[in-house]
Amino acid sequence: MNRIDALFARLKSEDRRALMPFLTAGDPDLATTAALIPELARRGADVFEIGIPYSDPVADGPVIAASFHRALVQGVRVAHVFQTLRALRAEKDATVGETPMVAMVSYSIVNKIGVDGFLDDAAAAGLDGLIVPDLPVEESTPLAEKAGRRDLKLIQLITPATPRPRAAEIARLATGFIYYVSVAGTTGERKALPEDLKENVAWLRTQTELPICIGFGIGSPSQVRELAEVADGLIVGSALIRRLADAANRARADVVKEAGDFVGDLAAALRPGP
Amino acid sequence: MPAPASTSSETPASRSIATGPDALGRFGAFGGRFVPETLMDSLNQLAEAYEEAKADPEFVRELEYYWRDYVGRPSPLYRAERLSKFAGGAEIYLKREDLNHTGAHKINNAIGQVMIARRMGKKRVIAETGAGQHGVATATACALFGLSCTIYMGEEDIRRQKLNVFNMRTMGATVVPVGSGSKTLRDACNEAFRDWMGSSRETHYTIGSVVGPHPFPLIVREFQSVIGREARAQVLEKAGRLPDAVVACVGGGSNAAGIFYPFINDADVELIGAEAGGRGGKPGDHAASLTQGAPGVLHGSYSYVLQDDDGQTQDVHSISAGLDYPGVGPEHAYWKDLGRVRYESVTDAEALDAYAAVARHEGILPALESSHALAQGFKEAARLGPGKILIVNLSGRGDKDAFEVARLRGEPIH
Ligand SMILES: Cc1ncc(COP(=O)(O)O)c(C=O)c1O
Repeated sequence: MNRIDALFARLKSEDRRALMPFLTAGDPDLATTAALIPELARRGADVFEIGIPYSDPVADGPVIAASFHRALVQGVRVAHVFQTLRALRAEKDATVGETPMVAMVSYSIVNKIGVDGFLDDAAAAGLDGLIVPDLPVEESTPLAEKAGRRDLKLIQLITPATPRPRAAEIARLATGFIYYVSVAGTTGERKALPEDLKENVAWLRTQTELPICIGFGIGSPSQVRELAEVADGLIVGSALIRRLADAANRARADVVKEAGDFVGDLAAALRPGP
Repeated sequence: MPAPASTSSETPASRSIATGPDALGRFGAFGGRFVPETLMDSLNQLAEAYEEAKADPEFVRELEYYWRDYVGRPSPLYRAERLSKFAGGAEIYLKREDLNHTGAHKINNAIGQVMIARRMGKKRVIAETGAGQHGVATATACALFGLSCTIYMGEEDIRRQKLNVFNMRTMGATVVPVGSGSKTLRDACNEAFRDWMGSSRETHYTIGSVVGPHPFPLIVREFQSVIGREARAQVLEKAGRLPDAVVACVGGGSNAAGIFYPFINDADVELIGAEAGGRGGKPGDHAASLTQGAPGVLHGSYSYVLQDDDGQTQDVHSISAGLDYPGVGPEHAYWKDLGRVRYESVTDAEALDAYAAVARHEGILPALESSHALAQGFKEAARLGPGKILIVNLSGRGDKDAFEVARLRGEPIH
């Protein structure tokens, strides 16, 4: 069974929500990424969204765009990212072992490497799914079919700018889980989330059996707690990446601990209160 | 814009090559929409609004009014005798887009798109710019129609095109410097897309070339085709026949698409695009996507791009800010693969020589972008030989480039 399906089945039986931190592979370097993943898993991360750095990420705000840039100037390449992930899976570290990992990757990269080659390598690296943020459903059928044959989920995004009939159609084509984008805009923390967010997610739930995870703009334990009412999972990106911005100049152990503490706080917010 | 009924008969009825895009925005294999879901509904709405506008005689009439009385169209097709003698061969005609209001072809598209934005009830317009000509054209159209205007421009381009920055601000536009990446056109595009991700409900993104996701390559090509429709009618009138070749520079490819498209089914007319060959063939030294790149995805469409083998966009270089871009419009990719258009690369040095030659021999200061077309035009004129006719699209004037050319010559203007 795909690890994503297994995770959400288990969480459902436990009435829990998934915490899904986003990490840029290779920021500040791949060794730190490899240290962060097991630590964050230990501190309560249920799924990892691994950003493969891309030179022109138009869906990303300044924090993640800068993070991609830092990774790329380090010379991080897709093959190195896959090697790192494959090594983590091979470690049989009990915490990372069955934790699902999905790659967030631009179609520019997938297309250039070649769809089949990319998917083979992604599957071999132990990835469970892909988020391709610049591949709308109209363009995604060939990739979805090929990913499906390798038991990789192609996770689709639905946004506040998606009209409902279109959202229903996307939900029908999605696999793994649905990534509901909380705000119309780029990635980045927001103080306030749209007022109709919960209502929109509740409507989406009437259209699909798949788990719904909310991402974009979420950066605090209180936001996580609030959205846990309606979502099956919460994705936190920029708020975590911001804490890694000057990581290159600090001791790795401190960086990893600080990120772990933050994820621990988010995880605590998801646990049923006293 | 679509030819009004009276002139559409000038283009051949056969649509064998002049087809597309299809419903997915594909020109053959190229084009499409590789953008975040957040933008898809806006693109669908834009495609719909464009189809409505183009079918609305009032919209067409108003656009033609502004093109004529405000832009100064039709632009002349000028027989450049001294330049022809200098080049030694075919007779060279210059399509004088440099004489348009704001000094380049960019205004043809900017007015059309801002009129669509207005029809769609958008209050704000954003655009990217490289050389600043599209930024100026968009700021101009926004001043004309009273819309708020924000222009994204790379810091390197702000430095080398400061006259245009000053003019945009004078017309009320906000110019936002982009300091990420290579600080040029590609980075300005990224920022404009990011803005639009969060603003598309009230904002129209006036893209400046035949690039980006569908329907932009279609809309921009249609608005710019006025260049080729005029040129075709003018050469028939002046020379009594079609030209042997048409040459244009290719950055994103809008002035080239605009002049080529109405000739695309005239099989005997050679079409030649001149890309920025920069200072050499090494990655990072040029911006020749069609002649040195490979198919890939950038800024929402599948076309020829300059990427490394991981799909990361490569740095590019051109002396000309308007050609300094690692991608190109998908319809050019289609024409290239069909063999309908031949693409060549022209170096910085060749462009500078052409700039000087046209100044000396015709008293015309061409834009550095257009100087690439002129340099290629000289080669084609010599190859074609006497008795042949060549049209070069003089896409813009060179006022904006005086500072940069002076600096390169070691005589900076302060
Ligand atoms: C005068 C002029 N010509 C050509 C270009 C290149 O654009 P395109 O290839 O879209 O015509 C520019 C762009 O800034 C320009 O200003």
